Amino acid sequence: MNSFKFLVAAYVATWLIHTFYIGTLFSRYRRLRQSLKELGKRK
Amino acid sequence: MKKLFLILAGLTALFLAYATYLALKVAPTDALQGDVYRIIYYHVPSAWTAFLLFFINFIASVQYLARTKASLQKAVQWVVIAIGVIGVIATFLPQVQALLPTGMRPSAVATTVLAIPAFYFLLGWKFPGDRMDMLALTAAEVGVVFCTIVLVTGPIWARPVWGIWWAPGDIRLTSTLVLWLIYVSYLVLRRFSNSAQTQIIAAALAVFGALDVPLVYFSIWFFRTQHPQPVIGGGGSMDPRMLHTLLISWMAFLCFAFLVCWSRFRLELLKREAEQAEAMESLVGAGTAAKASVPLSRSAR
Repeated sequence: MNSFKFLVAAYVATWLIHTFYIGTLFSRYRRLRQSLKELGKRK
Repeated sequence: MKKLFLILAGLTALFLAYATYLALKVAPTDALQGDVYRIIYYHVPSAWTAFLLFFINFIASVQYLARTKASLQKAVQWVVIAIGVIGVIATFLPQVQALLPTGMRPSAVATTVLAIPAFYFLLGWKFPGDRMDMLALTAAEVGVVFCTIVLVTGPIWARPVWGIWWAPGDIRLTSTLVLWLIYVSYLVLRRFSNSAQTQIIAAALAVFGALDVPLVYFSIWFFRTQHPQPVIGGGGSMDPRMLHTLLISWMAFLCFAFLVCWSRFRLELLKREAEQAEAMESLVGAGTAAKASVPLSRSAR
């Protein structure tokens, strides 16, 4: 059974999903930090 | 705190690498499926982690709803204690044991039942006030990520083994998809609703949504499905090296999920701080504008 490509696909897909989610967390964190900084400057 | 997080992240990365090494190199090849069965070491731990996170979301949502009234909080506490005590006693009664599916251990059921009061009081103690709602949101979001992995890796595994990507109408597959949709709806509600009642409505949705978790889990015990029957605790047999690798993988994914939840929780804390700061600023701005308008109105008189 030539199933090795399916195994690789499943493992790669798992880490792609995790990486994408962690990436969104980072970008949300950066945006929040930026808006907090702007709020601090306005004060 | 940041240093501790980085140390834990490094250790978790090593643990995940070790689990992947075990999954690909140490665990023996399956006689029927060949190497593709190794997807189990990502698919099953992801499913178990998603179930655990949805369970945490359920407990946090019940806690959050109970906190809306002091009398309700007391009543829910007693109900939770009663579930724990009666549930554990009941699982050891022969009449109840006869109702359990073949292969399901009463001790496993008792442990699961005991987890309800244990988590309820532990989370209630650790997450006071609004932090309970933040925990519910965090658990749901990270749970959806893990559930997405289950729904993606499942069809990739099914294609070479069953010859099809998806079995329409299969209760395990359909109930898992419904579970994912319920929690996606929960997140959409949290994201786009601006009502003051959003948190309460979302908590109520989460309580009902959590009812799908036992349906997903027990569907392969009670119904005939395309999905394989349980090999752990279900009377099936598994090579000890495979079982060892599966448990190590789950531990590694649990550590990873814990770190992701930690980051998401801190993000939510920061977001609410920013919202508070913004609200304060607009309040101060409104106050200054009101002060400035007083002499104006006086002069107008």
